[in-house]
Amino acid sequence: MSNTKIALPTEHCETCPAFTQLEQMGIKVGDFDRVIALAGNPNTGKSTLFNTLTGLKQHTGNWPGKTVTRAEGGFEFNRMRYKLVDLPGTYSLLSASQDEEVARDFILFGQPGCTIVVTDATALERNLNLVLQVMEITENVVVAINLMDEAKRKGIEVDARSLSRDLGVPAIPITARAGEGIHTLLGAVADVIEGKIITKPLRVGGTPEFQKAVKELVPMIEQMAPGIPNARWLAIRLLDGDARVQKALSTGELGDIVSRQQRADVQFSGKMSVEGRQ
Amino acid sequence: MEANEILAKAESLRNNLSTGFRDEIVKSLYTEAENIAKRAVKTSSDKKYDFDQRMDRLVTSPYAGLPIMLGLLGLIIWLTVSGANVVSGWIAVVLFGIGDYGRALFDQIGLPWWITGFVWDGVYLGLAWVVSVMLPPMMIFFPAFTFLEDLGYLPRVAFNLDWMFKKTGAHGKQSLTMAMGFGCNAAGVIATRVIDSPRERLIAILTNNFVPCNGRFPTLIMLATVFVAASFPPALTSFIAAGTVVGVVLIGVGFTFLASWILSRTVLKGEASAFTLELPPYRRPNVSRILYTSIIDRTIFVLWRAMQTAAPAGAIIWILANISIGDSNLARVIADWLNPFGLLLGLDGVIILAYIIAIPANEIVVPTMMMVYMGVGMMINGPTSNSDIFNLLVNGNGWTMLTAVNLMLFALLHNPCATTIMTIYRETKSLKWATLSVVMTLGTAIVVTFFTASLARFFGWV
Repeated sequence: MSNTKIALPTEHCETCPAFTQLEQMGIKVGDFDRVIALAGNPNTGKSTLFNTLTGLKQHTGNWPGKTVTRAEGGFEFNRMRYKLVDLPGTYSLLSASQDEEVARDFILFGQPGCTIVVTDATALERNLNLVLQVMEITENVVVAINLMDEAKRKGIEVDARSLSRDLGVPAIPITARAGEGIHTLLGAVADVIEGKIITKPLRVGGTPEFQKAVKELVPMIEQMAPGIPNARWLAIRLLDGDARVQKALSTGELGDIVSRQQRADVQFSGKMSVEGRQ
Repeated sequence: MEANEILAKAESLRNNLSTGFRDEIVKSLYTEAENIAKRAVKTSSDKKYDFDQRMDRLVTSPYAGLPIMLGLLGLIIWLTVSGANVVSGWIAVVLFGIGDYGRALFDQIGLPWWITGFVWDGVYLGLAWVVSVMLPPMMIFFPAFTFLEDLGYLPRVAFNLDWMFKKTGAHGKQSLTMAMGFGCNAAGVIATRVIDSPRERLIAILTNNFVPCNGRFPTLIMLATVFVAASFPPALTSFIAAGTVVGVVLIGVGFTFLASWILSRTVLKGEASAFTLELPPYRRPNVSRILYTSIIDRTIFVLWRAMQTAAPAGAIIWILANISIGDSNLARVIADWLNPFGLLLGLDGVIILAYIIAIPANEIVVPTMMMVYMGVGMMINGPTSNSDIFNLLVNGNGWTMLTAVNLMLFALLHNPCATTIMTIYRETKSLKWATLSVVMTLGTAIVVTFFTASLARFFGWV
């Protein structure tokens, strides 16, 4: 992260469009200060938000599987350059399908500064399942409540404050199609990355004996793979008997994944954004 | 700390947990989501049956669902056929006109005949053919297809076809990847990543080629218009042609089911797995994005790829046609040598030769074939109308209805293009599956065309 950060105006001004600047940088992501991941269920307007932010023309289609690879793009916000990684749209992170694995591996090992989970305001309950799962993996989460216009039309009101309080992470209402709420969203993302907002993600625990078992496993995993981003989540997956995680652990692939995802994969970027277009 | 120790520890901890701890976790996840949503969401309207739901009742109903789907497919193809016919003629006139002008210009400058021939009768002619045959249908089909895609219709297709795929032992989401195949088979193969079971994903990959991609639609449309529809009154031509193409597409879908069924009972044994599919809300398609996606990302992409193969193919044909052997030329000799095999399949030697030259992008088979006919036989100026093409093929080269029908079947069933084969290899990381995809499709094409040719000859239709 660069140290030449210019002193930012006060909290209130920061979200004012007159002060903040958003510049779309397309696929010029060679040089960036921060990485953010874009997760969400299919059909929540994830790709629309991606296009709005980066100025790229990723094809948006409202059916699952539109984005099966991760696409990358860049933008500049408040003099910080961001690389935005658009993950495949998924309902959960627990199954073995390739799109869910791509999303899961990146959030877990890619160590994005922040993960934006895009949700559909008209079907919030179902979307929250994924939000809760992402929050199991990482603390740096901002929830974007998208399609607010559609919700309004359908007579659905979403109380973002209540949501934010319950989840323990910022929840920002947006309408990606019209570009509404984007600055507030990016402001929250920046605050989370800079530690101005301390998130307290709600973690759904299961039974007390399960919690105890998790606590026993965590130090063992941390000892084996120092620098592992989220030993707690891995412990949960191991207790669940996730074959993929077991295999990753025993073949040493886990270490590989950690180092691969942590590499600033610049040459990867161009290729993926082209592939993602199909 | 060793990995094995951790795994063993996890194992023993898991065994000590009370049974059903997994359900407990999932349940608390759902309960939590429900509670949070209940607190945050207020619904003021009570219109239970909004537009989306009424629409879905109709398009996914057991009775109307399939007819509506077929109707939409027919409509898109009819629009494509009737629109492309007009535009193709204009483009042909302009492009072949430029060719004549260029040839004259080269002669005037006094360049040797072989430079003029190579450039204008070889490379340029190849490009002109591909553009005039392929561009117009794509310009109409892709936006129409992208419109339905953006509208949110494709998941409804998957819903309607699910039971059929299930019966064949394949995954219901295969209908989504099949639909993508109409655009481009390589894209369809990549789209199979949404299928989580490796077995069902392989079936979807191997059978994707049985739906004609946009590169192959122009071939089908041209043959359907010039041959099948030609004997009907002009007012009906576009409907008959569209109906024929729809029929060919349905045959392709039929082979998709058949191949899936055979695969799931032989090399890829197993049961169809269950899945949930969300029917997303209908969204108003964004016109500018549709045009951008369909024209830039799709049409130009496919056309550019075809042109890259068409230019060298044109050059090769010109060279083959201009190496004289006795009274004949090399192209003629090779075509004659391939003729018996071609006739066996109801085709001819020239078609097989064109097919071999066009292996890198076999959607250019028809343009290549036209050039070979023109190169080896009577040299006429570029045919610019359907009756010109009909004359060239039937009167000049002895085509029959069987040739046209079998070429359509061959184009539908034959092996994937080089890009798709590469994509299959990349996605499966296996030479075996990539090879099987070629052998299976090419084998089907040969068997089917041989069968129809024998049948036609047996009954004395030709």
